[in-house]
Amino acid sequence: MIYRENGQFRTNYRDDKQIFPIAQDRWFVIAAVAFAFLVVPFLFDDYVLKAILVPFLILSLAAIGVNVLVGYCGQISLGSGAFMAVGAYMAYNMFVRFEGMPLIAALLLGGFFATVVGVVFGIPSLRVKGLYLAVATLAAQFFCDWAFSRIPWFTNNSTSGSVAVGGLEILGWSINTPLDKYFLCLGFLVVFALFTKNLVRGSVGRQWMAIRDMDVAAAVIGIRPVYAKLTAFAVSSFIIGVAGGLWGFIHLGAWEPLAFSIDRSFQLLFIVIIGGMGSILGSIFGAAFIVILPIFLNQFLPLLGGLVGLTISTEVISHSEFMIFGALIVWFLIAEPHGLAKLWGIGKQKLRLWPFPH
Amino acid sequence: MGFFLETLLGGLMAGVLYSLVALGFVLIFKASGVFNFAQGAMVLFAALSMARFSEWLPLWLGFENKVLANLLAFAISAAIMLAFAWLVERYVLRHLVNQEGVTLLMATLGITYFLDGFGQTVFGSAVYKIDVGMPKEPVFILDTVFEGGLLVNTEDLYAALVAAALVGLLMLFFQKTSTGRALRAVADDHQAAQSIGIPLDRMWVIVWFVAGITALVAGIIWGSKIGVQFSLTLVALKALPVIIIGGLTSVPGAIIGGLIIGVGEKLSEVYLGPALGGGIEIWFSYVLALFVLLVRPQGLFGEKIIDRV
Repeated sequence: MIYRENGQFRTNYRDDKQIFPIAQDRWFVIAAVAFAFLVVPFLFDDYVLKAILVPFLILSLAAIGVNVLVGYCGQISLGSGAFMAVGAYMAYNMFVRFEGMPLIAALLLGGFFATVVGVVFGIPSLRVKGLYLAVATLAAQFFCDWAFSRIPWFTNNSTSGSVAVGGLEILGWSINTPLDKYFLCLGFLVVFALFTKNLVRGSVGRQWMAIRDMDVAAAVIGIRPVYAKLTAFAVSSFIIGVAGGLWGFIHLGAWEPLAFSIDRSFQLLFIVIIGGMGSILGSIFGAAFIVILPIFLNQFLPLLGGLVGLTISTEVISHSEFMIFGALIVWFLIAEPHGLAKLWGIGKQKLRLWPFPH
Repeated sequence: MGFFLETLLGGLMAGVLYSLVALGFVLIFKASGVFNFAQGAMVLFAALSMARFSEWLPLWLGFENKVLANLLAFAISAAIMLAFAWLVERYVLRHLVNQEGVTLLMATLGITYFLDGFGQTVFGSAVYKIDVGMPKEPVFILDTVFEGGLLVNTEDLYAALVAAALVGLLMLFFQKTSTGRALRAVADDHQAAQSIGIPLDRMWVIVWFVAGITALVAGIIWGSKIGVQFSLTLVALKALPVIIIGGLTSVPGAIIGGLIIGVGEKLSEVYLGPALGGGIEIWFSYVLALFVLLVRPQGLFGEKIIDRV
């Protein structure tokens, strides 16, 4: 009854082609964005903004990028961390090597270079697929790890191998406080989420999905696999590269290649699987889950230990975090292999019929 | 010439060890279609259990005999790997039948996290040593052919022999026993195997157990070489290009791929490394695998991939 789309007639092409054709969806998105911009900053203190919300927003953005490739085009990639690294390091180089380079332009240029690298490492996808491709993309990961730690040019010849940026500002708005960082990341996330949502409902997105569902059949009906796969790699690594730039510039401030190691790639893939493959909203849910879970475990385990009269050492806590995290991942995959987005879909279905389910 | 051959031999020895880890991947992939990322964690876990029990048992039971301690520790570790195989089948794989490959891959990543945490909680996270009495001192061979001869680590030599013996045993097991025959049938075609009465779930337990044993052997050899520590799990990442080159479904492929990677890695580090700034072994094998994939997408020995619409 709440989520009911009958009675909403689309009488012209303009109505039919909107991004959110159902009124409830439209209002939900507007309300969510308004809530994020207007209410959230007043609900939480600086610590929460800085340590939870900013990484959550950036990981959501990166996960949307991964979802384009894995969820929409069906090409499994374990090299996302590498594309983030390319985005971060190239944005850094643009930022420090060119006098007066605007921050946004540097970030977007970082994304552009990530696109180039992504397309190069996407070429094997024309020959191999599935798990073979997953391992092949690891080549990107290890190569980039090596390049950024061994080639001094990328780090501007810094002796310690780590790089740092400072004095970030956009048109006079200097980005210092957690609140500024939150707004900037949120802005990026909203723009890119809408951009991707728009892309996947159009011609390119449909081609990706056709390739994902069955590439041979897609080729037979006239979709060019080369074009579809490489555009997916390009769009995906652009978004991931921008997210990488934000991660380095805004979240970390100073970083070294370890920040974009293979664990980051796995984390992003986890977000996509847990959130739901082929869903923008799912990427955001998944990122929330992955960001909050370790923090929750970190707080909850000592409490639990205190209840039964045990003091748990920090070492045991960090190991148990690993254990519980792993077990939860497995449990989640068994309980809901289609991810949180599927639960959301079930919820909408229920709301459609509520309160008269029969 | 002597130096080149030494590097080559060193590469071959390292390659044998990669093959051992890769074998575990291939066995599980063939039998259950699961790309088992947890193989590296299994190597670490098995090695940890071996190292700790061989240290604890003499303390608990009050005997001094090292051989006995090692044998008992091996038996206990093997039993633990059997229990692990059963638990994985019962609580993970059984519920994920017919899911997509990537979901299963993620599940094994979950198992990896769990096993890493669990192993270090139970067995501790310091660096432990395994002492199974492998000789350490290097020897010179072929000193009649070359001036000065070739310097070979006896430890590596023994490791290669053990690995070869294990591969031989696996071959016998797969070719000559009825369980092995059933496993080959499952690998060929799940449905056909099931329809003639082969219990799939039991076969999965067996194959995970066999992979656990190869992990244990690999763990013992690597562990006595470099010590049992967290970095053992990285060995698994090095074994991935091996199976890509050899083909995901081929046991001989895993062995030959391992040798290729071992040799390629050492030769590239020695001859290309200085020009590129060193440390290239970590990605060289992957890039090598990438080029093999571009020419033969199914790997050197993999089954031809046929698409039907």
